[in-house]
Amino acid sequence: MSEQAELPTVSRTQESILVGGCWDTRFLQQQQQLLDAWRQSAPTEADIHVLDTNGAVVLLQLLGSDPERWPQGLTQEQIYLLTFVKGRLTDVPTSEKRLNPLAELGRQTLHSVVHARQLLDFAGQLSVLLLSLVKHPRQLKVKLLLDVVQRDGLNAVPIIALLAFLLGAVIAFQGGLQLATYGANIFVVELISLTMLRELAPLICAIIVAGRSGSAYAAQLATMQMNQEVVALKSLGQDPFVWLVLPKLLGLMLVMPLLTVLSMLAGIGGGMLVASIQLDLGAVEFIQRFASTVDPVHFWVGLIKAPVFALLIVNVGCMQGFLAKGGAEAVGHRTTRSVVQSIFLVIIVDALFSILFAQLGW
Amino acid sequence: MAMLERNKIVELQAIATQFADHVVHHQLDLTIYQGERVALVGGSGTGKSVLLSEIALLREPDAGEIMLFGQPVTQLSGQGLAGLRKQIGMMFQQGALFSSLTVLENIILPLQEHQRLSQSLLEELAMLKLRLTGLPEQAAHLYPQSLSGGMLKRAAVARALALDPALLLLDEPTAGLDPAGASAFDDMLLELHASLNLTLILVTHDLDSIWRVTDQVAFLGDQRVLAKQPIEMMVKDEHPVIKAYFANNRAKRAAIKLESTA
Repeated sequence: MSEQAELPTVSRTQESILVGGCWDTRFLQQQQQLLDAWRQSAPTEADIHVLDTNGAVVLLQLLGSDPERWPQGLTQEQIYLLTFVKGRLTDVPTSEKRLNPLAELGRQTLHSVVHARQLLDFAGQLSVLLLSLVKHPRQLKVKLLLDVVQRDGLNAVPIIALLAFLLGAVIAFQGGLQLATYGANIFVVELISLTMLRELAPLICAIIVAGRSGSAYAAQLATMQMNQEVVALKSLGQDPFVWLVLPKLLGLMLVMPLLTVLSMLAGIGGGMLVASIQLDLGAVEFIQRFASTVDPVHFWVGLIKAPVFALLIVNVGCMQGFLAKGGAEAVGHRTTRSVVQSIFLVIIVDALFSILFAQLGW
Repeated sequence: MAMLERNKIVELQAIATQFADHVVHHQLDLTIYQGERVALVGGSGTGKSVLLSEIALLREPDAGEIMLFGQPVTQLSGQGLAGLRKQIGMMFQQGALFSSLTVLENIILPLQEHQRLSQSLLEELAMLKLRLTGLPEQAAHLYPQSLSGGMLKRAAVARALALDPALLLLDEPTAGLDPAGASAFDDMLLELHASLNLTLILVTHDLDSIWRVTDQVAFLGDQRVLAKQPIEMMVKDEHPVIKAYFANNRAKRAAIKLESTA
């Protein structure tokens, strides 16, 4: 390590061009400037104090690659280093060709189609799994199932109840204001009951569960995939689906209707509270009106969606988890995708349900 | 030694390190000269990796002085330390390549932050480092996740070499590689050492690697460096801790010898 910090120089004397100073990593920028200035004229004399591989790369561009034409005064070691570096200069290989926008659109579309197929495939696997369970009921890991019931059902009760309650209250408040201007306060009962029972209770429930549990499934399975735990299960003669997917599927399909009923109750409760404060509609009146005008079919319409949403959430969460490959960042990526995709699918399926029920006249 | 005065690259004086109540180093001294290839060995928990990160200026010892390239580290300001760090290349055990960047971008990053250089020059310099470590050209555009273990370690060395450091530190370079891969990696280190005027310090458990690559072995035990000498002398050392460490290995080698003569 030489202590003197001399800038690299190229200078013209009477008959020769002298290259000197330190040609190492410290002065790369100056070397680059010299290179731009002296590209036309190759030096004939050299007095270089320090040279390293980075400096040698620049110097080679200045001197040219023909050792015959290298300047006088290079030391043995410097010539060795220059030759060493010269033998290892490589152009950057061309990376994958960029597609034009249209082709890129096509590629993305194909990708989406493939992904949709994967999703369907996975749903098929889940169906087969459920059927085989009928044949071999002892496959079910009851402990894991109860685990899911507790973690994704019981532990989600407070947040779902609170959010549904607030949602019911907000709708009663906003809708009640409009109804009151017509003196139609009493209709707030139908407003709350129909929106909560048919649409909002199952939806809010599914959204929270997708964010809370679906993401957790994706993260858990993706991490296990990284650690090769999934293949390890397979190597031990175990079906990974039986251990990792089946308990989640059954557990969530079991608790999701319960959570939906809970959020229906909480939402109507919230509406009832606001109605009694804001619209002078007492709880007793509310309940009487509810009993006489709200058809039970609305309850069933809402409830029937719950297991379907549960199926979707487990399907997307587990599939994203299993698809993870690469490093730790894949876990985050897959988790995010699982939430976005399951909420997306839940809303799409909800819309399909609406069309179906409208056709059925429910 | 009958050599001219050699430059001291690393000089550790009375280093002390402790985690809570656990004393790792106490009054530890070690000197490493320019051009040496030193292995830090010792049993688990003797603070090899900790010592390496102290030399790499990534961790401060609790007491003592580290002299790097003749400069006392404790007297340096932030800027001076940053300057020194640029002269030290560090290869981390798992590679620690940035996973959102390609191999080429990983190597370019330190160069790009070092000085303003044209993109074509940056790429040229990075490709040189890539080739120096024996990676195929096509690896340039790959992301770290898609590299094999051996390639990952080579790419990590390539990044460590980006600024042409005088001192290269390697934490368990051959751990997790198959014997063929490990020995190819050793060859690469020897080639780099021979061509680039490097000083190497490696923490390793790989005895083959120690025999092949290093010319000095520093044995850590009893919270200090028990001995620093060539491996040939180290295996004959009579110190009980050193003897115990190499005993198994000796037995193995003897067994192999017997087998080959029979």
